[in-house]
Amino acid sequence: MKFKTRLSLDVAFKYIFKITGLLVLAALGGILAMLVYNSFSFFLDVKPLDFITGLEWNPTGKTPKYGMLPLILSTTLVTFGAMVIAIPLGIGTAAFIAEYASPKLKNILKPVIEMLAAVPSVVIGFLGIVLVGPGLANVANLPNGLNALNGAILLAVMALPTIITVAEDAIHAVPKTYKEASYGVGATKWQTLCRVVIPAAAPGIIAAVMLGVGRAIGETMTVLMATGNASLLPEGMFDSVKTMTATIAIEMGEVPYQTTHYFALYAIATVLFFMTLIANLVGEFFINRFRKYHAA
Amino acid sequence: MKTKLSAENLEISFGTKEVLKKINVSFNEHEITALIGPSGCGKSTLLRSFNRMHDLSPDAKITGSLKLENLDLYDRAIPVTEIRKRIGMVFQKANPFPKSIYENIAYGLKINNLPHGKDVIEKALREAFLWDEVKNDLKMPATRLSGGQQQRLCIARAVALRPEVILMDEPCSALDPVSTLKIEELISHLKEKYTIVIVTHNMQQAQRIADKTVFMYLGEVKEEGETSQIFNAPENEMTLNYINGNFG
Amino acid sequence: MQRRKFNFTSIIEWGTLLFSTGLVCFFLIIVLWEIVSKGAGVLSWEFIAEVPREGMTKGGILTPIIGTVLLTLLTALFSIPFGVCCAIYLNEYAEDNWLTRIIRAAIRNLSGVPSIIYGLFGLALFVQALQFGTSMLSAGLTLGLLSLPYIITTTEEALMRIPASTREAALAVGATKFETIKDVVLPSAMSGILTGVVLTLSRAAGETAPILFTGAAFYINGVGGAIDNEFMALPYHLYMLSTQHQSIEEVRPIAYGTALVLIIVVFLLNLTAFYIRYKYRKNEN
Repeated sequence: MKFKTRLSLDVAFKYIFKITGLLVLAALGGILAMLVYNSFSFFLDVKPLDFITGLEWNPTGKTPKYGMLPLILSTTLVTFGAMVIAIPLGIGTAAFIAEYASPKLKNILKPVIEMLAAVPSVVIGFLGIVLVGPGLANVANLPNGLNALNGAILLAVMALPTIITVAEDAIHAVPKTYKEASYGVGATKWQTLCRVVIPAAAPGIIAAVMLGVGRAIGETMTVLMATGNASLLPEGMFDSVKTMTATIAIEMGEVPYQTTHYFALYAIATVLFFMTLIANLVGEFFINRFRKYHAA
Repeated sequence: MKTKLSAENLEISFGTKEVLKKINVSFNEHEITALIGPSGCGKSTLLRSFNRMHDLSPDAKITGSLKLENLDLYDRAIPVTEIRKRIGMVFQKANPFPKSIYENIAYGLKINNLPHGKDVIEKALREAFLWDEVKNDLKMPATRLSGGQQQRLCIARAVALRPEVILMDEPCSALDPVSTLKIEELISHLKEKYTIVIVTHNMQQAQRIADKTVFMYLGEVKEEGETSQIFNAPENEMTLNYINGNFG
Repeated sequence: MQRRKFNFTSIIEWGTLLFSTGLVCFFLIIVLWEIVSKGAGVLSWEFIAEVPREGMTKGGILTPIIGTVLLTLLTALFSIPFGVCCAIYLNEYAEDNWLTRIIRAAIRNLSGVPSIIYGLFGLALFVQALQFGTSMLSAGLTLGLLSLPYIITTTEEALMRIPASTREAALAVGATKFETIKDVVLPSAMSGILTGVVLTLSRAAGETAPILFTGAAFYINGVGGAIDNEFMALPYHLYMLSTQHQSIEEVRPIAYGTALVLIIVVFLLNLTAFYIRYKYRKNEN
């Protein structure tokens, strides 16, 4: 190859690489612009306050109602339920893997977690219909088991791999000297774990939980398939609920483009975007704090 | 003796950290010059400035002039790849490409549009005392060679381009004594054709192979001269302390 | 050495952790058991090699299989070049300045965006604005975008593991920066990049939400495979069979079979990734 060609290739690719970097910015910018533009179109028709605090979501009624509070509450309820299940299980498992399991057992458990993470959400949702649903209906004597609890159980299963992996990293990163100091004053392994290791790993564990929350809020297929999708204000875990993601998934397929209802779904997506963003930012904040703390 | 490589009023800083201060030094053709001094004295920084390896760090600031004979090494009109072709380098840790032994030598020739037939490869490997050990395994990945063999392969790779100068940055520091001796023998042999500048921590090594020695301390050249003079009758008190092992 | 007391309390304490771990394993086992035990009976050569017939109550799932395979390839085609180039930019070229920090923040952000929002973006940009319609092209682009942040992150991690001395070796023989990257850095990082790419694609193959409005179809005639047309895909097929079909109970066995095939596809991709990683680690030592 001619020397000139080599040099111009070098320069050309420098710019090509840079352009792809800028393209990523453009992608996020595009998503934001889409959300903002369409939400804005929606808020020309419906007052933002009515949207956020309205108690009824019925866009296809005679007088359409665009109150998204039931949807927010549904998402919150299912996510909260999922965390009640996933947090203790996740931290327990992370502690077991990091502190108790032999290297051999670790080599089995880690692939198990990775396999669980790899199961597609639609398959988990399917199990909600064929397995968890009938099970719940039986136990609680309900006509069907498609409700918030079902969604919460499934979302817990989906969030667990994230929580376990991040929490395990955090527990693993706690300096050995802390533990040795604790053993040195006569503490048992369990006391050391509960009073020294987990508090020291707390920022990392909080990060793990927040990332799990972010995953649960944004999950679509499992809740769509397993929670029954009744857009009423939920009163308990046995109520059928319709989350924000499920609402978008169901109604976007049926709504005519560029109508108020269409824009409303983008407005929901905007709220969803910022909810997951906040969860992830909080998670990231704690991860950074954890790193800084232990890097010193 | 003809001066091959020289630095004049060279100053290098990284960000706010000044690493080299007013360096004036020159290296003669077909001689081996050793750069010695305690860790952090700037000897590697000086060495790497000759083939513009600092171009990679955006915060490096370089003033003064560096010359290969009369050629200004930092002249913007001269492409850095051309300079690196003329001034080869061997690194502290052997760093063969993740390719076959043959490809390791051929790569530099190929990209520089030089002939890379089997005879050229053989010649380079022979020059690096490696041919007899690898002639039957030229297709083998270079990473399977021993540490000493890998370092000789890296020397062969540098030699293949027929450079004028070879810079060596502690080439034996990761090797066992037997491999080290072999490479020292090789280096002494190479000076017939090339000008060699070698950074070393090992003072015995400097005495064994170097014609000239430069002692550096805290970013300055404290003393330079014939190797025998530096080690037997140093003029600078620092040099004396260093070679006696009082610090470093 | 710490004391080891095997009294009643310590068994309870230890048992709590063991119980959580056991439960997590139990989840995986139950997922696999339910799908495999009820799906295996449906699996046959005909099931894999025939198109759906008689309102999808008979026949096989060839059309969704072809759809998922092609869609995943399309996703790879869109996301790998851009993802790898962007990672190269970040790791090899970018200086630590505000622009780089913003790009990195954008990547972290994008990887947290819910997949349904990618679906909306695909609908707004590819289907409507660019007028690709609901098609495999639109869906592939959408999934490509979704995969981008993961490919960038894993590629950058692989590039970061390549020591500076490897780059210097190429530069020292007169290679340009681009030649260094193309001939030395990328080949050295290849197994790490491949692992990340395959894992990302396995995730993309199982995604449903982003293709809901961008091109997945309830049913198409024949085997499909046209890039400018709607398509059937395994995850969407499973969703549809288990919630939207008019005779859900009748097609339940087919739904189990579809779930099993989908899981097999995803796990095979995962195994490939583990194999590459394992082989690479072995070579490294």
